[in-house]
Amino acid sequence: MSLELLLFLILFPLLTAVLCLVLPDHPIRRWVIRVSGVLIGAGAVYLLVTSYDSGMRLIDVPHEPVGMIMQVIVLAIALLVLYLGVRYRKPLAVGLILVQTALVQYFEFQYAPGLAMEANLFVDEFSIIMALIIGVIGSLICIYAISYMRCYHEHHPEIEDRRRSFFFIMFVFLSAMFGIVFSNNLLWFFFFWEVTTLASFLLIGYTRTEEATNNAFLALHMNLLGGIGFALALLYIGVTGAPLGLDRLVEGGAAVALVPAVLIAFAGLTKSAQLPFSSWLLGAMVAPTPVSALLHSSTMVKAGVYAIIKFAPVLSGTVPGLMVALVGGTTFFLASAMAITQSNAKRMLAYSTIANLGLVVACGGIGTYEAVWAAILLIVFHAVAKSLLFLSVGTVEHQIHSRDIEDMDGLIVKMPRVAAMILIGITGMFLAPFGMLISKWASLRAFIDAPGGLVFVLLIAFGSGVTLFFWAKWLGRLITRPLDEENIEGRVKTEEISVLFALSALVIGVCLLFPRIAHSLVEPYVLSIYGMVTQLGQDNEIIMILMLAMILVLPLTMLYFGNGRDRRKLDVYMSGRATTPDMHFKGSAGIDRQLSLHNYYLEGYFGEGKLMRIGVAVSVLLVLTMLELIVVPGVLA
Amino acid sequence: MIAWLYGIAFVILAPLLGGLVAGIDRRVTARMQGRVGPPILQSFYDVGKLFEKERAYVRASQNFYILGYLIFIAFSGALFFAGGDLLLVIFALTLSHIFLVIGAYSVTSPYALIGAERELIQLMAVEPMIILVSVGFYLASGSFYVSEIAAYGGPLILLLPGVFIGFFYALTMKLRKSPFDIATCHHAHQEIVKGVTTEFSGSTLGMVEIAHWYEAVLLIGITWLFFAWNPLVAVVAVALVYLAEIFIDNTTARAKWGFALGSIWLVTLVSTVANLAVFYIGGMA
Repeated sequence: MSLELLLFLILFPLLTAVLCLVLPDHPIRRWVIRVSGVLIGAGAVYLLVTSYDSGMRLIDVPHEPVGMIMQVIVLAIALLVLYLGVRYRKPLAVGLILVQTALVQYFEFQYAPGLAMEANLFVDEFSIIMALIIGVIGSLICIYAISYMRCYHEHHPEIEDRRRSFFFIMFVFLSAMFGIVFSNNLLWFFFFWEVTTLASFLLIGYTRTEEATNNAFLALHMNLLGGIGFALALLYIGVTGAPLGLDRLVEGGAAVALVPAVLIAFAGLTKSAQLPFSSWLLGAMVAPTPVSALLHSSTMVKAGVYAIIKFAPVLSGTVPGLMVALVGGTTFFLASAMAITQSNAKRMLAYSTIANLGLVVACGGIGTYEAVWAAILLIVFHAVAKSLLFLSVGTVEHQIHSRDIEDMDGLIVKMPRVAAMILIGITGMFLAPFGMLISKWASLRAFIDAPGGLVFVLLIAFGSGVTLFFWAKWLGRLITRPLDEENIEGRVKTEEISVLFALSALVIGVCLLFPRIAHSLVEPYVLSIYGMVTQLGQDNEIIMILMLAMILVLPLTMLYFGNGRDRRKLDVYMSGRATTPDMHFKGSAGIDRQLSLHNYYLEGYFGEGKLMRIGVAVSVLLVLTMLELIVVPGVLA
Repeated sequence: MIAWLYGIAFVILAPLLGGLVAGIDRRVTARMQGRVGPPILQSFYDVGKLFEKERAYVRASQNFYILGYLIFIAFSGALFFAGGDLLLVIFALTLSHIFLVIGAYSVTSPYALIGAERELIQLMAVEPMIILVSVGFYLASGSFYVSEIAAYGGPLILLLPGVFIGFFYALTMKLRKSPFDIATCHHAHQEIVKGVTTEFSGSTLGMVEIAHWYEAVLLIGITWLFFAWNPLVAVVAVALVYLAEIFIDNTTARAKWGFALGSIWLVTLVSTVANLAVFYIGGMA
């Protein structure tokens, strides 16, 4: 049963992708996307229902002819990249793809035939969680993209309408992500990994403007570099005869698997946009918003941290593992600090993604059972809240024609429902008792008990202070109302709003159900790997739920306060200046001015350029040390 | 593990104790300035009067946010005195302050906005120290639960002197005392009108005052934990700490926010690293 279901999840998005490619822009295509999205989500939920209590299961699929097909596709991808690299004069991309292809082909012909594989696919609790994220959130993003992209091309007539290939790549992306989380054969894992690299490259470059093309190649360069790390890991496995199966390799522990684990963790760092590789994800926001939502929440970057968490038991307690964790911790703090200076909502969200993934990477590098527990919950909560935020910003941008946070004042009046959903997303990102905070709390506890944990404790303590600053000032911006403005929400398409509603319900639902998620999925997974498990404690869970209930009930008091009955309305204090209803007043020298309010961005303290230079320097040092430790023989022994 | 009765007792008694502390604070402050000062119960009279004032508002939603502020600050204190998880107490406290900040944002006033931004800077400045205090307690006593930290037999202050210094430094800001009262303060010399509370009046302002009382008692409780092994020492120590804060309040001029943020972070970093590193080097963790 499971086999069919896994194959459905991997292959069905592919079928949808092909349909999107061949069908013209017609209601049929839109319905194909909607129905497929629902089916993919339902498939992931069905996987949960049928397999959540069966533990880790290996599933045997014959390597041939799948392997052959994959090899053909890998070569086709290489040729495509080669062609695009030559056409856009990007010698670096050409060089990287040549090196990578040479490594992989050498491995294929020299070693792959000799390596025995017991099972090519598997499913366990962690991959169920990932499948739910990809299947449910990924599909919702694709459905949202239907009306968003129509609107997008109405707003940007100068951009060529290539929606066929757009949806094709979106669904290929989902398919490849399912492939990653179900692959036990590392060669298969690598294949799907490379597909996501290519898919993200093509999506970032969708508009084909010069900026988009450059940013797409930036993403390609960094991810190909990571891919070379992955290919070297395969080669190492071939040379030493280590197991090619993910399960057996990880079981082998540091003695067998440390070198491939570090190389794959390196690939994971590039894919999850950790410093010094963060710039590609920042550049990726030139793409239409659904692409950002997909890259940030359910695909791409999550593939990177998934790989690192998978190898966490190997990295745990090793010096290279500590380096991985330090890269993550440094990224968490610095990216959070840089987010303070951003007024572009998408860019701020990008920094916040990088920061949160940094926390996951830090947990993975520490690799204790407590840390892995925290990391998986972080992945879940981040995926739901971040997809909601990106898509909401996309909707807002189409209505107010700006993605600048400073232009979002009064949004609670202009677009009350969307604003309320952004509020849910923001609170979900940083406030008790919502998800991200629970996970930060759990990771703090994991770090304290780890050796050398003081550094991480400091990074998380200062990082949390910074985090609440930049989220809260955006939150405040949304409910500031300089003038009475009209409600323009009616212009938003019903389908977009519906997807946002679904995601908001998910954010709240996941927070309410988090003890259940932890007990039935995360804890069995951690237990099966470490033989130990951690918990927040039942009374703490009760208190969290209690707080959530209070927050959900509190808005009811607005029924009493909201109507302003028996109260006198006062004007804002303007130092006694005569002020008109639209907030004009006579400033100094009698100049007529209008009240305008702006947030603090603290450039002088948290300047992006300065912090980025520091971050890149520190992280390059850490990454080089990490790699050097496995290259120089005898250092680890 | 969690004694809810103590929590409920806190919700009822803390405003009384907090108001009394505020009254003593004003009296001591007056004496330091060579004035007679108000009666000890003056704070209660003031807040009582606020609730009799005309009900007025700038934005209807402001009362909702301030109510949230009051409820969650009482909740976090209740959780503390019930012996709950210290980290959770801190997170609930942060949540309550976010309500205050959002309340100040919602009124859309230039002065309240500056106050809100500065309140956020205060939160950002103090959050690391507060988290590290609980980390310090955990490393020293082996638990995050207030009940177990309080029941730890020895003098935690001797294990955590550096953490205490950092906490004391940050406490000035938490108590809204000069030189770190950048968001709003109890004195009349605030240069940005009344900061966060500029647009709040009547019962709304009354709720803010009561929330301050709750917070003061909670902060006294955290200070108490350092000396909890001996109640007599604890009473004296807490009184001295508070007196020192009043003294600092009366002898310093307000700092710029940049200095406030930078110096609190620096003191936090230096004092806690020096202290907590001992636990990791000594293998006590």
